[in-house]
Amino acid sequence: MIATAVAPRPVIAAVIGNPNTGKTTLFNALTGLSQKVGNYPGVTVERKAGRLSVAGRAVELVDLPGTYSLAARSLDEMIAVDVLLGRYQGSAPADVVIAVVDAANLERNLFLVSQLLELSVPVVVALNMIDGAARRGITVDHTALSARLGVPVVPMRADKGDGVDALREAIGRVLASPCAPPVPEIGYASGLAAAVDRLEALAPSERRTTDAVDLSRPMLLRALVDVDGPAAERAARRLGAGGNETLRQARALAGGDVPLAGLESTARFAWARRQLAGTMSRPAARARTITEKIDAVLTHRVLGLLIMVVAMGCIFQALYAGAAPLMAGIDWVFGRIGDGVSAVMPDGPLRSLLLNGVIAGAGSVVTFLPQILILFLFLCVLEDCGYMARVAFLVDRLFAWTGVSGRAVIPLLSSFACAVPGIMAARTIENRRDRVATILVAPLMSCSARLPVYVLLIGAFVPDRTMLGGWLGLRGLCLLLAHLIGVFVAIPILVLARRTILRGPAAPFVLELPDYRWPSWLSVADRLLIRARSFIVRAGTVIAAIAIVVWGLSYFPRPAEVHDRFESERKAAPTAEARVALDREESAAYLSQSYFGRLGHAIEPVVAPLGWDWRIGASVLASFPAREVVIATTGTILGVGSDADASSDALQSAIQTTRRADGTLLFTLPVAASLLVFFALCCQCAATLAVIRRETASWRWPVLTFTYMTLLAYVAAYGAYHAAAWVIS
Amino acid sequence: MPTLANQAPGTRCRVLHVTGSDATAQRLMEMGLVGGTEVEVVKLAPLGDPMQISVLGYHLSLRKTEARRVRVGP
Repeated sequence: MIATAVAPRPVIAAVIGNPNTGKTTLFNALTGLSQKVGNYPGVTVERKAGRLSVAGRAVELVDLPGTYSLAARSLDEMIAVDVLLGRYQGSAPADVVIAVVDAANLERNLFLVSQLLELSVPVVVALNMIDGAARRGITVDHTALSARLGVPVVPMRADKGDGVDALREAIGRVLASPCAPPVPEIGYASGLAAAVDRLEALAPSERRTTDAVDLSRPMLLRALVDVDGPAAERAARRLGAGGNETLRQARALAGGDVPLAGLESTARFAWARRQLAGTMSRPAARARTITEKIDAVLTHRVLGLLIMVVAMGCIFQALYAGAAPLMAGIDWVFGRIGDGVSAVMPDGPLRSLLLNGVIAGAGSVVTFLPQILILFLFLCVLEDCGYMARVAFLVDRLFAWTGVSGRAVIPLLSSFACAVPGIMAARTIENRRDRVATILVAPLMSCSARLPVYVLLIGAFVPDRTMLGGWLGLRGLCLLLAHLIGVFVAIPILVLARRTILRGPAAPFVLELPDYRWPSWLSVADRLLIRARSFIVRAGTVIAAIAIVVWGLSYFPRPAEVHDRFESERKAAPTAEARVALDREESAAYLSQSYFGRLGHAIEPVVAPLGWDWRIGASVLASFPAREVVIATTGTILGVGSDADASSDALQSAIQTTRRADGTLLFTLPVAASLLVFFALCCQCAATLAVIRRETASWRWPVLTFTYMTLLAYVAAYGAYHAAAWVIS
Repeated sequence: MPTLANQAPGTRCRVLHVTGSDATAQRLMEMGLVGGTEVEVVKLAPLGDPMQISVLGYHLSLRKTEARRVRVGP
């Protein structure tokens, strides 16, 4: 089973453990800064690997997803098992497994260790967080435990670096003379053991060498216990014709009516207790822990909710307001780069491509970084110190009936600032269906990029009146309503998605509430860097590419007669202001001639029911990369220049005075209402779609999100147009 | 038959078994809810669900739908 021959490949060590055992901190302590993060091919589970040198040998250390068991049910767990066994595309089996266990929680942690020991790979147990155990009065005789398990057990505090050298030495000793640990005497019920024996005997002998892993005893046990699991599927295939029937018979033989999972778990926990009897001692009367004292406040019925609301408010405020100066700074830098380019380059398509395509595209990627970093700073810290699990506990009831778990609260709330970090935050939702459902509705939350559109339209059409003695402004009320539209729509969409395309049993909400502890700043900084880098590399390329395509569609073609006409008028213009006005008219003329302008004309019949003309249609189309762009495009198309912002008087008055071909006003209240509702619900944001693609590893979900949101926005805008027209008349 | 779901906060009881053999049942058992384990109901979330229990010396939160599948005795 063990590859003893010296192979030319690097030695692989895998780090595995329950969630909340300080696994990532230990990984960082071992590898330092030499890490690379990628994805397992085809799936969104992150693959984190680093290098370390043990006794002069280069070792590749792979960080496996946190898991309670090797009964592979979730994608994370399946990958953990496959990497351990070397079944992952092109990877070799782990040469040594580092099992990280929480010293204060050994009984439950040994469950996973018992499964690892059965795999016959060399194991080193990292007995982590001994400080927490000591605080509870728990002492572990690691030498005695090591003798019982037959593998090295190294006590340590990975967050302080204590024991890391000892662990490295232990790994070195195991690698120097690799040998499988003694097979643990789990003591399964006789029927279960007999069923495994029988399957082993039935396995075709010629396959035992080629498919040794799938037909090994631990995998056959998984095949029996995890009905419909991946191990069962593999074993059935390897057992040849009638494999499924063979498995069914073996299951009946093993347990009769008793669920096999119960037999397995009971045996493993009994084994764990036997290993700990005499090697671990804990006080008979359990004192109230610090965690319980903190929980008395933080998950208190009234106080707990209050603190949570304040905490969420702080995150939101930081995201909404804190990121603004940084984003303005980024805009400024990209503006200066643009100025520099326009100063040295002659006017023409290349300059326009660089300015409005490449630089604007890159700027629109980088501009998301402050929000992503701020949100993930909060998330990582709160997750590490144990508070996020409490938030899910507090609010789960609110979400349970829609079919997703309380973990959805963070992604959805963050999406009010920006859907991009919000969707990335959905990673903390373990169940895939829950996660995709949350991602689908996250863009409906009214993000800060919609704000300029709301401000422009409300400023131009809603009178500045106050009600209730000056406390409630009519404009503020409209702004609030605009923010609420998305929430009201999201609830039925969530329920519908969970009952149709994402139908499936409600994911079990069985969540560990870990002990509170200080976050490891190194690990927080590390994850922030990983997030930022993966956003720029994976989503950023798509966003920038879309920006360039959209630039092309709104730049080309450029008929010479437009230029000639305005050039002659410019020569005749008496003042500099008149020339600027002509430049703006020229831009408007070009845009109306461009592919987008033509598309706007082509789709006019489609948008006419919403009260829009071709100019609004073209502006909306051109704002596909980012909805806030609609302000600049509207500015260009109405001839007031692309540098107009939402509060600019020129743009507001242009909106109030622009007329249709028949002389009637273009922007009436119903048109403004339909445009506002459309932007509240549509998904005009390339970054959001790129991130959905990145997070779901499929184009299916971004396409679906864009389609359903655009249809919804269209129907709602139609309703708003007619409702407003009816109210006025 | 009493289940974990209808135990009031502060109650200590012993797990008899978990009903069913699906992924949820398996997860509950992996988390330590097997026959003979002692469990204490710590508290309920502000809206009455989920519940927080103490098992094997750590804290676990689970919805009442899941807790209903855990048969308990004194």
